[in-house]
Amino acid sequence: MSVATLQMRGIHKIYGAGVTEVRALDNVDLTITDGEFVAIMGPSGSGKSTCLNVLGCLDVPTSGQYFFRGVDVGTLNRDQLALLRRHYMGFVFQSFNLLPRVSALGNVELPLIYEGVSPARRRQMSLEALRVVGLEGRADATPNKLSGGQQQRVAIARALVTEPPLLLADEPTGNLDSARANEIMAVLSRIREERGITIIMVTHEQGVARFAERVLYFVDGKLVKDGSPDDVLGEVTR
Amino acid sequence: MRMLDTLLMAMQAIVRNKLRSFLTTLGIIIGVASVVAMVHLGQSATRSVTESISSIGSNLLFVMPGTSQRGPGGVRTNAEPFDMNDADAIQNEVNGVLVAPGVTATVSVVYGNANEVIPVQGTNNNYFAVRNHGLSRGRQFTDNEMQAGAAVCIIGQTLAKEMYLNEESLGSTLRVGRTACQVIGVLEEKGQSMGQDRDKTILMPVKAVQRRLIGKLDVQSIFVSALVDGTTRRIQGDIEKLLRQRRHIAHGEDDDFYVRDTRDIADALEQTTNTLTVLLGAIAAVSLLVGGIGIMNIMLVSVTERTREIGIRLAIGARAKDVLMQFLVESIVLSTLGGLVGLIIGISGSWLAAEKLNMPFVISPGIMVLGFSFSVGIGVVFGYFPARKAARLNPIDALRHE
Repeated sequence: MSVATLQMRGIHKIYGAGVTEVRALDNVDLTITDGEFVAIMGPSGSGKSTCLNVLGCLDVPTSGQYFFRGVDVGTLNRDQLALLRRHYMGFVFQSFNLLPRVSALGNVELPLIYEGVSPARRRQMSLEALRVVGLEGRADATPNKLSGGQQQRVAIARALVTEPPLLLADEPTGNLDSARANEIMAVLSRIREERGITIIMVTHEQGVARFAERVLYFVDGKLVKDGSPDDVLGEVTR
Repeated sequence: MRMLDTLLMAMQAIVRNKLRSFLTTLGIIIGVASVVAMVHLGQSATRSVTESISSIGSNLLFVMPGTSQRGPGGVRTNAEPFDMNDADAIQNEVNGVLVAPGVTATVSVVYGNANEVIPVQGTNNNYFAVRNHGLSRGRQFTDNEMQAGAAVCIIGQTLAKEMYLNEESLGSTLRVGRTACQVIGVLEEKGQSMGQDRDKTILMPVKAVQRRLIGKLDVQSIFVSALVDGTTRRIQGDIEKLLRQRRHIAHGEDDDFYVRDTRDIADALEQTTNTLTVLLGAIAAVSLLVGGIGIMNIMLVSVTERTREIGIRLAIGARAKDVLMQFLVESIVLSTLGGLVGLIIGISGSWLAAEKLNMPFVISPGIMVLGFSFSVGIGVVFGYFPARKAARLNPIDALRHE
């Protein structure tokens, strides 16, 4: 059936040492296959964001192995990790993380600049990405001229402009009201259907998590539940 | 990543922070401007000195009684003065020379209501050639006037202008000391040279000054011009030998006179101004260094301030070297712009100053290239450390930075 895209084996992430030691990830084993839509949930400090950062190669685990499409990420150097992020991953953050004073188009073009795409092609691809998220009319607007929902859609366009197979989202709706949140989730679901990409999303909102088809539930750095939204969420709320 | 994009990215960052970018480059601007201006001014001063010395007369030797060394005893003043015989002896016994005696008296000169104290020079007709100072109108002294020590004079331009205003001076009578003196000629304009107004002078026959103004037969100085280029060394030796003989200076005793080549004076002055140029340039170079540290300072602040931006860039796939290049290019562009502006300010400033100080303006491509490349170099050196700091940031730490 589906291939194991991401595989974590005995991953630990430990901050500090001795009495102040914090186990952000405690012996996590998980496998995520191509095309899945996964929500990572858990109370604050449960390690869900850390898990996403490790999956996105933004953070390195203290111990354990993480395989990305069969490659042991622990053996890669900084630049190789950067190239991995560049070609295989797109990121969406809670606080949007757009470059201020740079137009929406400029923000979306940024990953293509690092890829060395020519200016004309860059512009064309970015406009297309903005069209996908419904913002082709605001290409020249800087982030401070855009609403929160619009900024997040620009961020999604930036994450997808390089057509990566994997989208990582850290609380993508955390700064938005529920109407905007549903809009964003609708955009993400639609893109997933059209492109068949893998989406891994951290959230603490059950309504948002229900857009996913699989939920990982973390407590104190441990993966305690793994199943369909109905199973996991039903159990957690009970 | 394409180099052009890196450059554009740096330019955009600079334009987005116009005021800060300007303040950052200010140090470089001032540094390069002062280096360029100082060295240019120094070279203009050197040129001005050389030109004024060559205007005194080329291949010119001064012969004066006394010693040129100033020691604990001061200048030796008991040296016997020269007289006309010494001047004649040099003219007759040394080959290839033209000799003009100089008998100086500083007296008050009166014409109409104008009254000024002016150095009067008793000399002969060789003066015009020896001192490289010709007549603009009128005539030289006649043999009769020379022999008789007639009360005739040739006046400098300053006098002709200031005392006579626009009146015709030729043929008029001027009171020099207590002597009524007929003006027979006017010298051509010569301007300032070595702090002296060479146009503020009066020439009279030697005997006229000796008898009518100072009452002695002394000759204070003898000007000797070498007729052939490159013979001043030989002539200097010949004159020394001749005068030692005439003044009965025993073997092993020091001269009680000195022969000074204007070339030596020029060399000494040139060396002084060159040393000054180097010193001023060095001080200015320190300010350039300070400017470079300013760039580093602001770039470090900028890296801290833009940590989050760096995090975003790293997350979307920028490699460490992409970030390094971005900040390095930014600082190089800043310092290059600063260097260019500084160059323009430095050159126009020194040109203006040279104009105001009546110095010839010497353009020096060497120092322009040096100052400019130094400023670019400063951008590289002082931009590298902050850029490396940016490049070494951990993506997740940078993203979490508030």
